[in-house]
Amino acid sequence: MKKTPINELHKELGGKLIDFGGWELPVLYTSIIEEHNAVRENAGLFDVSHMGEITIKGRDAKDFVNYLITNDIKNMKEQQIIYTPMCYQDGGTVDDLLVYKKNEQDYFLVVNASNVLKDFKWISDQVKDFKVTINNVSNDYAQIAIQGPKAEMILQKLTSTSLQQITFFTFNEAVDINGIKALVSRTGYTGEDGFEIYADAKDGSELFSLLLHAGKDHGILPCGLGARDTLRFESALPLYGHELTKDITPVEAGLTYFIKPEKDKFIGKDKIVKQIEEKPKRRLVGFEMIDKGIARSEYTVLDEEGNKIGFVTSGSFSPSLQKNLGLALVERSYRKRDTLIYIEVRNKIKQAKVVKKPFYKKKYKK
Amino acid sequence: MNLVPGLLYSKEHEWVKVEGNDAYVGITNYAQLQLGDIVYVEIPEVDDNIKKGEVLCTVESVKTAADVFSPLSGIITKVNEELDDEPEKVNEQPYEAWLAVITMSDLTQLDELLDEKAYAKYCEEEE
Repeated sequence: MKKTPINELHKELGGKLIDFGGWELPVLYTSIIEEHNAVRENAGLFDVSHMGEITIKGRDAKDFVNYLITNDIKNMKEQQIIYTPMCYQDGGTVDDLLVYKKNEQDYFLVVNASNVLKDFKWISDQVKDFKVTINNVSNDYAQIAIQGPKAEMILQKLTSTSLQQITFFTFNEAVDINGIKALVSRTGYTGEDGFEIYADAKDGSELFSLLLHAGKDHGILPCGLGARDTLRFESALPLYGHELTKDITPVEAGLTYFIKPEKDKFIGKDKIVKQIEEKPKRRLVGFEMIDKGIARSEYTVLDEEGNKIGFVTSGSFSPSLQKNLGLALVERSYRKRDTLIYIEVRNKIKQAKVVKKPFYKKKYKK
Repeated sequence: MNLVPGLLYSKEHEWVKVEGNDAYVGITNYAQLQLGDIVYVEIPEVDDNIKKGEVLCTVESVKTAADVFSPLSGIITKVNEELDDEPEKVNEQPYEAWLAVITMSDLTQLDELLDEKAYAKYCEEEE
């Protein structure tokens, strides 16, 4: 199994390590619910070093990145970040990622751990006449996320750089954190305010310890993948492999906001624009269980007569809302709020109703 | 290890407390620690016939749903409805939070269960 630079520290901290797509990472340290609540109320610290980083540099970097993605980087400023899907010609999703703009000829892409090699190959195969250099620099970085209402206050204790200057979805690549040089962005995957910190792999463990120590009196907890999933789920942030796959388009996943059809050209444009115009046959909806039980990923969704109308993409008990909730890809006519749907839970049919997403109102500091 | 003397244990990490022909069944401390925060217990149906090895009920943690396999055959004569509102009791007091009472149809099946010493050894080997 692959290990992040913080692996040994996770063991010392009592993390329960699991195999996550080939990476040995903590699913929890003490309790998913406690860690989840720490992020909502105080702060949580995550090792997300398994995430991939790919750089695209060169004369045509801007045009090339814009050709790869559905969102538009044309008007992006330096030190700005955007979220975007990246699609195949048929509109299916290769991955969803963050694009960091360093300058017109230098972009830093942060991609999902399980997709790094696939993405790198896909991106490399699209180069053709573009004058760009592409590098997979994933192993160079330790990535740590500090998330929660107290994240800024805790991180600020360790740096003289004013974090207020790093506004939502921007970054500073020369932050000195108690002697460790890092790129810091105001981004995250929890629905709370917070930062993601990219440092040299060798500094990962020390940085994680420093942050834990700085947050000790402020309720910070180290958090595992379990809480990362419940937090992103409540905020209805998509997870590749669940809400997005090669067979699910960003239009179906409700991410049309991150698609710019007016853009001159991008991979998958024809299919995606057509789907927006004609409206997709399937839509991602949020639902709440009415009957007791928890819907899990891949469970079948039925109509009142028992016909299959879709499937669950993610489902969980929601620690913040104390309800059993889910996301499902269903036929479009079932997308309206309060529509009754039925989930097949271990051969039993359980009633649920469509509700608004996100379930948890995001608390970004914009 | 946190075990209760006098109880019997299965290799699937259930405990059994025998009272005459009745057996209270729950999951062990080891099992609840493996599962983590329990958020839902799908309580079995009273009067159901159950065979040893069949799914007695399902216990769900935040992360997963885990089937509890019946350590004994018989009829389910009582279920712990308190767990409906307080599934976390299984984490807090695993040896109090029984799931069901099975009126046993084959008492010889008790011989196949482990006493606390044998179960403790079994858990150590599992680690």
